[in-house]
Amino acid sequence: MMYYSRIKLFSVISVCLIGLMLCVPNFVRKPVASIPWPQIHLGLDLRGGSYLLMQVDLSSLTHDRLQSLADSVRQSLLTAGLGYRNIALDTKQGTFSFQPRDPSEKDRDFRTVNDMPRAVADEFTVTTRPDGAILLTLSPDAMKTRARDAVTQAIEIVRRRIDATGAVDPEITRQGEDRIIVELPGISDPQHIKALLGTTARMTFRLVDETPAGSAVAPPGDTLLPLTESPGQTLAVRDHIDVDGADLVNAGATTDDQSGGWAVSFTLNSVGTRAFAGVTQANVGRRFAIVLDNKVIEAPVIRSAITGGNGIITGNFDARKATDLGLLLRAGALPVPLTVIEERSIGPSLGADSIRAGALSLMVGFLLVIVFMALFYGRFGWYANIALFANVTLMLAILSLFGATLTLPGMAGMLLTLGMAVDANILIVERIREELGRGRTALAAMQAGFERATGTILDSNATAFLAHVMLFVFGTGPVRGFALTITIGIATTLFTTLLLSRLLMVRWYALTRPSSLPV
Amino acid sequence: MFGRPLLRFVRSETHINFMRGRFLGLITSAVLSIASLILFFHPGLTLGLDFKGGIVVEARTAGPADFGKIRSALAAHHIEAAGVQSFGGDNDVLIRLGADENTNTNAVIDQVRQAITEAQPGATVLRADAVGASVSAELLRNGLLALGLSLVMILAYIWFRFEWEFALSAVVTLVLDLTKTIGFLVLTHFEFDLVMVAAILTILGYSTNDKVVVYDRVRENLRRYRTMPLRELIDLSINETLNRTLGTSTTVFLAALPLAIFGGASLSGFAWVMLFGIVVGTSSSIFIAAPLLLLLGEKRLRKDTKPVAG
Repeated sequence: MMYYSRIKLFSVISVCLIGLMLCVPNFVRKPVASIPWPQIHLGLDLRGGSYLLMQVDLSSLTHDRLQSLADSVRQSLLTAGLGYRNIALDTKQGTFSFQPRDPSEKDRDFRTVNDMPRAVADEFTVTTRPDGAILLTLSPDAMKTRARDAVTQAIEIVRRRIDATGAVDPEITRQGEDRIIVELPGISDPQHIKALLGTTARMTFRLVDETPAGSAVAPPGDTLLPLTESPGQTLAVRDHIDVDGADLVNAGATTDDQSGGWAVSFTLNSVGTRAFAGVTQANVGRRFAIVLDNKVIEAPVIRSAITGGNGIITGNFDARKATDLGLLLRAGALPVPLTVIEERSIGPSLGADSIRAGALSLMVGFLLVIVFMALFYGRFGWYANIALFANVTLMLAILSLFGATLTLPGMAGMLLTLGMAVDANILIVERIREELGRGRTALAAMQAGFERATGTILDSNATAFLAHVMLFVFGTGPVRGFALTITIGIATTLFTTLLLSRLLMVRWYALTRPSSLPV
Repeated sequence: MFGRPLLRFVRSETHINFMRGRFLGLITSAVLSIASLILFFHPGLTLGLDFKGGIVVEARTAGPADFGKIRSALAAHHIEAAGVQSFGGDNDVLIRLGADENTNTNAVIDQVRQAITEAQPGATVLRADAVGASVSAELLRNGLLALGLSLVMILAYIWFRFEWEFALSAVVTLVLDLTKTIGFLVLTHFEFDLVMVAAILTILGYSTNDKVVVYDRVRENLRRYRTMPLRELIDLSINETLNRTLGTSTTVFLAALPLAIFGGASLSGFAWVMLFGIVVGTSSSIFIAAPLLLLLGEKRLRKDTKPVAG
């Protein structure tokens, strides 16, 4: 207990020095671009910015899949010369059912449906219900995989869209199964980005059904879609998708030579170009609707076959809308709709205020603790203060090393760690004093003090550690920053008090061999 | 200052008979905790945005804020029942809106932003928070879960390291501390949000730490003084650790104090609750946790001595 081997001495001091070195990047500008320069990141509450929590609407995914399966079933039954009645989708259960036209066709219906291609093995099962209906049930596992993929893809699209706006250092992370967190440092008014992320941007090109002009009910195979231009009006558009927006390779804002207004130009890939050429060739003179998120942007008449794979959309845009649509089309459509369910934005001035408040509190608190320790614990108190300084240094070093995020509550956590850290020193010194009172010699008292206090220090820190791990697991945002700094603080406290301040006391004793201790 | 300490809280030979006042301590604590529970149900905690859901927007206007104008601009955007108040200086406006399941907080917050700019050109939004009803319910559940699990883990740890009498009296004391802190929150109208959960957890951690130190000494003394009656032994242990108890609570108190004074709106509530918790946690180690241990352990921890007379 009273002897530090050279190697131990050397390691303790080097850890402190390395800690000091790791703190430097936080206060000094990076001198050369090529060296690593680990820094603590400031949380959004300190530097200003926005935090958006978005909910992924997975039920739409099930609905879409059921819808497309229903379409395929209709198609397969028609091809096989079979009929159907009462098609019903149940998105909640993930099922889809229909009645055979005639009970005698039941077995053939069943086989036709069961033989349909599945996206993945075991994607769905087909059964017959007691009432004779045929029931198709999506497997939960297949849907889960589909959901996971959809969220991954959505994150990628969100990233592309945000990158295209020029936002600096955006952080996009998945939370749980169906949430996405977007953090935008420096953007305190996220309205524009919210609007971009709130748009699915699924574009399709479909033929307009000219036959039922003015009818209020869509003919089979058609859907009545609202027009973006003239609210309240609808247009009957074929359900069949001739060209899919997924086949776009490029899009951007441009000006329309004819009208002089803003437009969005697009370029299709080879698949899209072929499809586009085919449709336009066969349907000259008919109207071709450009549909974005189930709204018709425009439905121009096809004048001649378009074979180059290029085109422009003129939807009465202004510069902003044209740029945004170009951006959305380039980035691709979201596989699932997203809604913002939590938003927290902090302006830069408030962030700066918080940094000042946090730093001031830290300095004053540090000073108060140092003065207290000096007055109440004398020489050993000063050793505790040196350890306290090392503690702050190591905490900053670990936070920088992991590129952790420092929040305002995190700064509070640091301060409380400082207040708690000296507890270990107090325990040791008080113990030494007691042992002296029991008549032990200086050396024996110090030895007993270290020995007895260590167990107590470990026990009392363990419980605090448990409480803050819980907070880290269940907390979100800035509160996690608080739990993180306290948890790191407990580790550095154990190091600085059990090793460093003890080392100082032991070295002092070894060098001076005092007959009495300053307690 | 660099040699011997200049100050001490109590002299080393101090022997205060804390256990004499044990029933007074327990009764006072029980009364305060019951009062706090009543306060918890009526009028109840002021739930913060995290747990209630809704919208809070803080803005700084270029000139002195005109509340009438802001209210009518909000009304023009069909935003009713908005609480518009000042905070800090004359230029600072705080707008609060509740939210239920059907409110699209995401859209409303953008309208609030627009309304402010319309009513007070040149105004800057300092902070804008919108929390949907589903998220707030989840945050509340997670916050309470963190609190509950922490208590269970503290119980398990102390049980594992000491005996069940220690664990049980520690957790009962912690629950009493917790209720008083809630009573303090109700009385002071500090908003109960995630940061407050963090404050309460820190208090629990600190308070446990304090109890562990006293218990540790009780355990040691149980081995050292084989025949000393438990009552005397607990008193001795508290007195022996008194300088440490007061010293550590002072340093933590001193560390939290600047946060309460300089921490600004977002941290001062947190810090005041911490300060309250430090006082409660320290006194409960002496006046609650130790008497409880005496009550629970009188028969078991010291079988061979005669029971302690009241």
